[in-house]
Amino acid sequence: MSEETRGLSMSRDPAPDPHTPHGGQAPAAQPLTEIILRPPARPSRPPTAPPVEAPPEVELTIDGVAVAVPAGTTILGACRQQGIDTPTLCYAENLTPVNVCRVCVVEVTGSRVLVPACSRKVEAGMDVQTDSERVRLSRKVVLEFLGSSVDVSLAGPAVPDGTIHSYMDRYGADPARYGNPAAPATAGERDDRTPGHHHAAEGDATAATVAQPTKIDNDLYVRDYSKCILCYKCVEACGEDAQNTFAIAVAGRGFDARISTEQAVPLPESACVYCGNCIGVCPTGALMAKPEYDMRAAGTWDESAQTVTSTICPYCGVGCVLDLHVQDDRILKVTSPLDSSVTEGHLCVKGRFGFEFVNERPPRPQA
Amino acid sequence: MDLHVIGPLASPAERAAVDRVLGPPESGWVGGARRPGIEGHAARGGHAIRARRSQLLPALHAVQDRIGWISQPALNYISRRLAVPPAEAYGVATFYALYSTKPRPPLVAHVCDDIACRIAGAERICEDLARAVGPAGEAARDGRVGWLRSPCLGLCDLAPAAMITSAGDRPTVTSAAPVDAAGILKRLDGTTVTRPPVTARQAGDPSIRLLRRIGTVDPGSLDDYRASGGYAALAKALDIGSEAVVAEVTGSKLMGRGGAAFPTGRKWAAVAGQPAQPHYLVCNADESEPGTFKDRVLLEGDPFAIVESMTIAAFATGSSLGYLYIRGEYPESEARVRQAIEAARDAGLLGPDILGSGVAFDIELRRGAGAYICGEETALFESIEGKRGEPRNKPPFPVEVGLFGKPTVVNNVETLANIPLILEMGGDAYAQIGTEGSTGPKLFCLSGHVERPGVYEVEFGATLRDLIELAGGVSAGRDIRAILLGGAAGVFVGPDALDMSLTFEATRAAAATLGSGVIMVFDETVDLVDTLRRIAQFFRDESCGQCVPCRVGSVRQEELLARLAAGSSARSRDEELVLLRDIGQAMRDASICGLGQTASSAIESALRRPELVAL
Repeated sequence: MSEETRGLSMSRDPAPDPHTPHGGQAPAAQPLTEIILRPPARPSRPPTAPPVEAPPEVELTIDGVAVAVPAGTTILGACRQQGIDTPTLCYAENLTPVNVCRVCVVEVTGSRVLVPACSRKVEAGMDVQTDSERVRLSRKVVLEFLGSSVDVSLAGPAVPDGTIHSYMDRYGADPARYGNPAAPATAGERDDRTPGHHHAAEGDATAATVAQPTKIDNDLYVRDYSKCILCYKCVEACGEDAQNTFAIAVAGRGFDARISTEQAVPLPESACVYCGNCIGVCPTGALMAKPEYDMRAAGTWDESAQTVTSTICPYCGVGCVLDLHVQDDRILKVTSPLDSSVTEGHLCVKGRFGFEFVNERPPRPQA
Repeated sequence: MDLHVIGPLASPAERAAVDRVLGPPESGWVGGARRPGIEGHAARGGHAIRARRSQLLPALHAVQDRIGWISQPALNYISRRLAVPPAEAYGVATFYALYSTKPRPPLVAHVCDDIACRIAGAERICEDLARAVGPAGEAARDGRVGWLRSPCLGLCDLAPAAMITSAGDRPTVTSAAPVDAAGILKRLDGTTVTRPPVTARQAGDPSIRLLRRIGTVDPGSLDDYRASGGYAALAKALDIGSEAVVAEVTGSKLMGRGGAAFPTGRKWAAVAGQPAQPHYLVCNADESEPGTFKDRVLLEGDPFAIVESMTIAAFATGSSLGYLYIRGEYPESEARVRQAIEAARDAGLLGPDILGSGVAFDIELRRGAGAYICGEETALFESIEGKRGEPRNKPPFPVEVGLFGKPTVVNNVETLANIPLILEMGGDAYAQIGTEGSTGPKLFCLSGHVERPGVYEVEFGATLRDLIELAGGVSAGRDIRAILLGGAAGVFVGPDALDMSLTFEATRAAAATLGSGVIMVFDETVDLVDTLRRIAQFFRDESCGQCVPCRVGSVRQEELLARLAAGSSARSRDEELVLLRDIGQAMRDASICGLGQTASSAIESALRRPELVAL
């Protein structure tokens, strides 16, 4: 046997070659076909991680029920473990909690103000109320604030518990009580606002909103900031938590704060690399792949007619898990599951957007 | 991170301004000339450059001061120098009101139209300026001058006030108060007028302690400061040791004077005991609460006292670097403090070996850029670190995880001013001043309709009436309609509260607050509806925008007041009041920081009393 074939054989199948004169380790009784069909285990397995000591349990009370959870768990985690449905908007399992939306607030005895369940870790002896009057009022009013200032019509599943609309119903939120929406801003107007200087409210019984025209400046995705609740998820995904590109950040201040590229330039001029991870984490449909946006505008987007097919990205060797959203035999959108150990829900431009060649494949030749 | 920088190159003036703060660029990688022989193909910087992120605000200030606004090329140059992504740098530059990312004239008058200045005729000044110069925010006279409205400039005792920023080779910032439209126009013509030095209304009164040097000892002379007893406390501190200093401060029962009234000794002990290193000390001089100006008076009139107090605090808590974060609207105080720090450094009172004791400590002066929120301690950290002033969620508290993620002690200027006193007289003797729950002397900022507005020092226990009488009573002998205690984040009380003792415990029992020591008096002529609307506008303008309750709640609150003021029939008054209560409750309970938590406090307190304000 030449060195070359030996090398090949070693890398593909570590079983000793029964034809070599000194390869006598293979049991002679085992027929060759058996070895080929059921090769013995590879000798070099990836090392297993050293055992991690389970964190000590922390005992606390949630809604009067004694609970024990591992130290380091958040209140949200403990609530979910108890099956307590807790609304979240800015929280995502694959991002660092920023606790800015404040819909997950709970009451903790001894705390002057309500605390965000998504980021606050449990402490021994903590007494948590998730449905007290204060909690219900804060959640209701915060949902009203969002509903009265932002277009939340597509604010989708607040994973994994429910939708913003189901929570609005539950807490009796009535965004209309702040007045009719004020006239939307013109294109670029909100990008031009100066911190610390706004026009005083007119007293005309309208409620200010973030409504503005959709930004469409490339073929891959659109930015409809009328739907933006400023959850910071896209900024985190673009920056430290996933992509490390930092093409977008929060600019401006107060109600005029907005997600922006540098100098509010169009995306093609910005540092954006079109990984689409911002779309993947956007909870309100403010960031949307262009095909979905176009089809929604045309009224042809039909989630009930869509199938989701899981596959592996064909582009490189990383092996990212892709979920292909298919309608009428065309791929419309690609996502990745949050619980994938490879992607944690994040992809690159090729996996996210590089599917057009499938849709554009030539018709099969007819016999 | 791959820094993606687009657009034209910064002008030589812009580059020079940045280089003056950051030093010349080291290599082609950070915007300098490429030196192939030295650099070859290897990148330099990386971590070392990113560690300079905290120079972002100073660099932005440099361009703003030199040019009058921050262009995209200038911002890009700063981004490359500090390896900050341009989008993030833009996010920071657009957060602070004193920076402009759009062309702004080099000479700008920032006219205070906040509560104290309003009742002193600020709106009339704005109208006059609009006629003479043009609308606020627009360039006039061939783009050379302009004017803007400004939130409280901390000159309420001298209202109405303005601040003039003049960009150029030799940038100047000066405050003007009291000033009228003619005075502002004169300054916009290029005449530089400096404000007279700060004085104390009680100068010469032997009972005052904190203010005793104001107006009597030259704030520019270290020798005069030492001759008046200065630096005796530091010598004593070094003598008795850091643990004894913490014990004295704990024994004094000194409570923080910034508004939150946290026991200073406990804070110091917590930081001193933290194993993580280094420890930082931050002096919070971002005094921006409308109606508050005591810290300005202390910094401007007795800067060495704060430098000495910071040195003692640093020694006690084991901090070797301190930051003094002063608001951008205090140019005179900033100049005084800068000079004092330099003089102390020259005299060996700051530096690697203070007074030969082996103790090392130095102070870095940082200028704010127009953001009330940066007075919140964690927002202040973010600002020093070169970020948007967005408060952090607590816990963890700063004593554990503070500036740059390290244990940090944050003290207000007035709190620190008490430290030499405590060391000189001993913690127990200090604790005898005032009342059981509120020890020591206290500064109050009297403004509005009083005869002699100013900072007054009393021992805790004095009543509201005592202080108003100290300030000469109500102007022209009129009757009091309302008093704002604690600033825009405080509460309104009526004349029935005049006998309330101004202590932490008494105000708490009366559901009022001392806050930052504001006592703003309104006589019967005041339009309180207008005052309330200005407070609501203030919070809308100053909300950082991070959390939903404050970002939207502050807007809804302002709209609601506007509806009430306009007599809108959309909803009944009772319905509006229910709505206001809900908005306030959600902001108070669910906001991340104290700004949102108190944004409805003054407004709700006024509307609860129909006799104060008929809306």
